[in-house]
Amino acid sequence: MSVLSEELREKIRAEFPKYPNKRAVTLPALHLVHDTLRAVSREAIVEIAELLELHPAEVHDTMTFYNFFKDETNPLGRHRVWFCRSISCMLRGGEELLETVCHKYNVHPGETSPDGRMTVEFAECLGACEGAPCILVDDVCHMNVNPASASALIDKL
Amino acid sequence: MATFEPALFARINKPDSASLKTYQADGGYSRLKEFLSMAPGDVTNIVKDSGLRGRGGAGFPTGLKWTFLPKDHPGPIYLAINADESEPGTFNNRYLMELDPHQLIEGIILACHAIRSQKAYLYLRYEYGTSYRVLDAAIRECRAAGILGNNILGTGVSCDIVLHRGAGAYICGEETGLIESLEGKRAWPRIKPPVPAIEGLFRKPTIVNNVETLCCVTQILYRGTEWFKSIGVPPDPNNPRDPGSYGPKLYCVSGHVNRPCCVELPLGVTARELIEEHAGGVWKGRRAKAVVPGGISMGFLSASELDTKLDFAGPGKVGCLGLGTAAVVVVDDQTSMVDVLYNCCRFMSHESCGQCTPCREGTAWMTKILERIRTGQGRTEDLDLLMEVAGSMGIIPGTTICGLSDGAAWPVKNAISKFRPEFEEYVRSRRATVTSAQQLMAVH
Repeated sequence: MSVLSEELREKIRAEFPKYPNKRAVTLPALHLVHDTLRAVSREAIVEIAELLELHPAEVHDTMTFYNFFKDETNPLGRHRVWFCRSISCMLRGGEELLETVCHKYNVHPGETSPDGRMTVEFAECLGACEGAPCILVDDVCHMNVNPASASALIDKL
Repeated sequence: MATFEPALFARINKPDSASLKTYQADGGYSRLKEFLSMAPGDVTNIVKDSGLRGRGGAGFPTGLKWTFLPKDHPGPIYLAINADESEPGTFNNRYLMELDPHQLIEGIILACHAIRSQKAYLYLRYEYGTSYRVLDAAIRECRAAGILGNNILGTGVSCDIVLHRGAGAYICGEETGLIESLEGKRAWPRIKPPVPAIEGLFRKPTIVNNVETLCCVTQILYRGTEWFKSIGVPPDPNNPRDPGSYGPKLYCVSGHVNRPCCVELPLGVTARELIEEHAGGVWKGRRAKAVVPGGISMGFLSASELDTKLDFAGPGKVGCLGLGTAAVVVVDDQTSMVDVLYNCCRFMSHESCGQCTPCREGTAWMTKILERIRTGQGRTEDLDLLMEVAGSMGIIPGTTICGLSDGAAWPVKNAISKFRPEFEEYVRSRRATVTSAQQLMAVH
């Protein structure tokens, strides 16, 4: 029983023609699997490696370099909310915002709320410094966020 | 100054600014056929003659970079677009991609023609989801209109763009780290030489250019080198190695200002003018204590250095690393420089790729030393220790492969040399809040 569905495999194969070799599809494949399965498990790594004609260790090496992909011990919640902690946001209350949200939803950065609704992360500069403090909900940026507006966003997830 | 008209940002406030229709209504792509009929070397020469320097941080002359490609290479040759904009304080490329993607795409096509490349990989940081969707739609529009793909507008020139999303790592903005990441590996920068123009992506000759740089290419082709050179700062006649700072630049202003913004101005505007005239002044009626001139890697300007011209040469004259990304971050006089420096060091420690020991260990230890100072267990000698660690890491002392490390060392060097009395006072006053036993435990 494979972890990756045929549909997912087809999506990964569809990336092949864009690159001169299959190894370059490592990040696109990891994104596809991670988005769909909310984690990249050891089994998934083996199956990605088979598709890309790589050793599983090569996929694992790339995957773990980026502090981005979760493994099966700590899967993503339904949404992922990133709080910027870098300089422009820090100067305008970003760290306090993260702290307040973590307390309110009883979750630490890197963890998922008990109801599975969201994984909270700290982020390094999100590139939206004109709207500091900013947060990223999945991959959509929200600017000039305060604890009340962050809670309102999260409660709607 | 009053006569300066934005070029890169000429369209961003128009309705539907990202659409092909809006771009073409402004004359976009109207001369693409003409430019693609020129010899590639002629396009390179125009860019070279304009004096355009890379907008990504290092300021390397763009046209010159293109000439490093091997002559008569059978191909493929690649263009990699660096859209991994991650330097804290920087967001100008996001504006260009979200609000005027076709200006960028036309620059990509022109650059590909100049370097004889048929394939461009646009490495986009994952966090820019909106940019991804806007660019994806714009690329589809172009393919449908025959502006991308095989035989563009019947010229016989072919070019296509692949969007490639990163996964949240600052080091992918380093051009060889970007190449390794695109190849599916960890983003460990490569030892140079060979430079990417000789051996880059997939071991083929590759040019890596920043988003704003390529948008400048479009403007230079349409408006001419004389227009470009009429803006900015000419070379210093007393410095034969200065290529000058020509053209418009997108400056980002954030932090403790009333109106954080991204504004296009001639290179050479002062930090004071940016803060006072474009960002509404320092917030809450306060004064600026320190200003980051071009992303945190460049260090800090002190309050007495705000008249520094932000051209490629200016920040270096007052001890900063350079212009960097021209991202200005203002720190007000109620903020502790220890907290600001700690934030910079924590960022660099988190983002060091770990390949070179002086950087991996240096960034981690500088962060730990500042943590110790913040908990009241620091010693004034720790300031010298920080300077010693900072002085030992980077390309400049010759101990690391890439410049991340120099950018990690610079805020430390600048903060402690320009604000030393504040650091000393902080160490003393914090020490007074903890017991001598706690202090001893921290030291041993």
